Amino acid sequence: MNALPDLTPVGDVAELPDAAMGPRGLIWWGTFGFMLIEGAGFVLAGGSLLYLWAQAPQWPPVGAPPPALGFGLAFTVLILLSALPNIWLQKRARACDLPASRLGLVVMGLLGVALMGLRGYELAHLNIRWSANAYGSLIWLMMILHTSHVLTDLIDTLVIAVWSFTHEPGRPQFADISDNAGYWSFVVLTWPPIFLLVYGLPRWS
Amino acid sequence: MSAVPILDRAEAEARCLAAWRDAPGLWGFLTTVDHKRIAGRYVCTTMALLFMAGVLALDMRLQLAFPGMHRMGAQGYNEAFTLHGSTMLFLVSVPVMEAMAMWLVPLMLGQRNMAFPRLNAFSYWTYLGGVLMLWVPHALNVTPDLGWFQYPPLSGPGYAPGHRTDVWAQMITFTEVAALSVSVNTAVTILRMRPLGMTLAKMPLFLWAMLVASVMTILALPAVMLVTSMLIADRLVATHFFDPVAGGDVVLFQHLFWFFGHPEVYIIFVPALGFVAQIVETFSRRRVFGYIPVVLSLLTIAVLAFGLWVHHMFAVGLPKLGASFYTAASMAIALPTGLQIYCWIATLWGGRPRLTTPLLWVIGFIATFVIGGLSGVMTASAPLDLQLTDTYFIVAHLHYVLIGGALFPLFGAFCYWFPKATGRLLSERWGKVSFWLVFGGFNLGFFPMHFLGLMGMPRRIYTYGHEMGWQPLNVVALAGSVIAVGGGLIFVANACFSFKRGAPSGPNPWEASTLEWACASPPPPYNFTHSPVVDSLTPLWPPPQVLPVVTGLSLDEREVLVTSVVDAQPVHRQASAKPSIWPLVSALAVSATFVGSIFTPWALVWGTLPVAAALTAWFWPHRRLTPGARRLLGKAT
Repeated sequence: MNALPDLTPVGDVAELPDAAMGPRGLIWWGTFGFMLIEGAGFVLAGGSLLYLWAQAPQWPPVGAPPPALGFGLAFTVLILLSALPNIWLQKRARACDLPASRLGLVVMGLLGVALMGLRGYELAHLNIRWSANAYGSLIWLMMILHTSHVLTDLIDTLVIAVWSFTHEPGRPQFADISDNAGYWSFVVLTWPPIFLLVYGLPRWS
Repeated sequence: MSAVPILDRAEAEARCLAAWRDAPGLWGFLTTVDHKRIAGRYVCTTMALLFMAGVLALDMRLQLAFPGMHRMGAQGYNEAFTLHGSTMLFLVSVPVMEAMAMWLVPLMLGQRNMAFPRLNAFSYWTYLGGVLMLWVPHALNVTPDLGWFQYPPLSGPGYAPGHRTDVWAQMITFTEVAALSVSVNTAVTILRMRPLGMTLAKMPLFLWAMLVASVMTILALPAVMLVTSMLIADRLVATHFFDPVAGGDVVLFQHLFWFFGHPEVYIIFVPALGFVAQIVETFSRRRVFGYIPVVLSLLTIAVLAFGLWVHHMFAVGLPKLGASFYTAASMAIALPTGLQIYCWIATLWGGRPRLTTPLLWVIGFIATFVIGGLSGVMTASAPLDLQLTDTYFIVAHLHYVLIGGALFPLFGAFCYWFPKATGRLLSERWGKVSFWLVFGGFNLGFFPMHFLGLMGMPRRIYTYGHEMGWQPLNVVALAGSVIAVGGGLIFVANACFSFKRGAPSGPNPWEASTLEWACASPPPPYNFTHSPVVDSLTPLWPPPQVLPVVTGLSLDEREVLVTSVVDAQPVHRQASAKPSIWPLVSALAVSATFVGSIFTPWALVWGTLPVAAALTAWFWPHRRLTPGARRLLGKAT
């Protein structure tokens, strides 16, 4: 009675593919889990900003001009535009199209570098130091949080790009390229609310 | 006789063993991605810490047993309760529940490993970094001393110079990274790696509990990571998040901390409900009464747990309407919890219970947790809470909930799955002795604290005067604690002795119903040669002569089956990660970054390089080079 039962085959899965694209794949769900974690962090940081904003007599405090809009707008336009080649890359990766995927990775890598450059100018023109007051601390918190995500995906994209030019990918690696593009979509989508909190709120308060 | 074809188990086992076994010796120890080995070291580490936190507790009980004691000064006492609380909450309770999930979930799914094996290894090494982050500074006399939640302004740069607070805050970053890694892994494994036939509606309750707890962890823990990072920033780079003079707010810290802190209680408690479900079902010898209501109540707890955090802040002086809302929400969560208690009682009532040690722990849980739940309903009322907060009533309540509600089921789970993990049975006699000593000692030790609280004894005082009249009950509390610790030592001794000398258990000594009992005890590195197919909630009831399985997963490569979220239909095969040193190297790089960032913010900048390099090596896919790359590297085509 207390012995292992015999095993009888009732089906075979040998013909199943060795990877699946998008939400049908396993890795996508892991990436999604980390997006949930990071998304929760963004929401809570934004909530903290609104919490202190609601209590502040003036936002920004006396003597602090709002962040300069020019570089912020340029960053916003470019990151929103980056969604187009990113979606194209995701589709080509899911079709296991190697030349197109390589091209897409190079384009996204270049866009990431350009965005990091713009972000540097943005940070230099926030018109407040993090150590000046709570307003400055929160502005910098939101910007650092988002910048760390841009940088993470940029490093990831560059590594995958180098790998794709030097190796012969299989379906699992195309799925990785697709999932990396999905993560960039997350980075793009998180920016507009942060833009409104950082650039809009000081102007409308 | 039956004409069904039978697979050659011996050949399949030999081939799987070759594919899944670790390298021998130290290298194998450092590189393993076997969920059972990693979970085992997680459990052992948490138990060592439980012992150390227990010693601290005894020390504090001794200090308080008599008035006017000065064997421990105020500073020493502050350090003792901070170390005790921080260790128990961050380094024992949450990690041990996740470790149990890490060990059990793949086995209960008939799987060979979890979805992301290397993430498990990374999680453990990072967790170990958190343990060292707290206890090594303690050895160097840099012990945090502001309690397990370190409110500013007391913990801010103005009132807490030195690095005691930084040590505490960064220990949290370590442990939360570790916990989040396991949680994503557990949730994805449960959602995408169920065996054929195990639809969501046929999923064992332990898996439901772990899925709920994992999602709660994913949504709650970012709050504490954020708030402790903000605290470190206030201390290190002069930000002003919690500085009212510069527009910050100390209450923001409390909101963020308890937005994590209250779900945390349920992140500890919900897995325990999963243990209870499996134990009650097995030893009642019938299916759990009210499967669907229990699942719904788990989901309800998960939602409500995020709407209660303010009841930890009633004494702050919140608007009355807010306090009333959180009073109502705090009382409401008693409903789904109570419903489950009734379901366990109904299952026992309608079954044929076998009063073994695991079931005794569950019965102890029901009795103790009901007391803790009732004192929780009492303190949910804002006016009463205002009287009781920061008194020993709260100490009694939280220990009834956490020890009775989580550790008793955990000890029951240890007894229940010990034969599966070791292939040997625990001594029932000594198991029962240890249960009665712990159960009796705990209640003797903690029940009087309700009265001490009502008599006005505050928490976190290192001594008191004769005239307060608190001595007799404190002596009783000391006696109870000593008895409970004695019981705990017998529990450990029983486990150690049985590990070597216990009677062989066989694969399914309890005649249980779930899939982990359909593999050998202890399970081999690959767990299952073939993925099982199930058609009910209790696939091993009645005990099958033959277990239906699917073939086609590689026996010679590490490969797992991925299925659909709701119906568990087969979707694809997935290569399962091989052993690797890179999770350990990544954890070391992350640890160096975290420790360095206590001293300089530049550590976060420079730390990015080794962390990125280690993660790149971790995820680098090993495939054939392109002809151009081969020429470039001078390799033969």
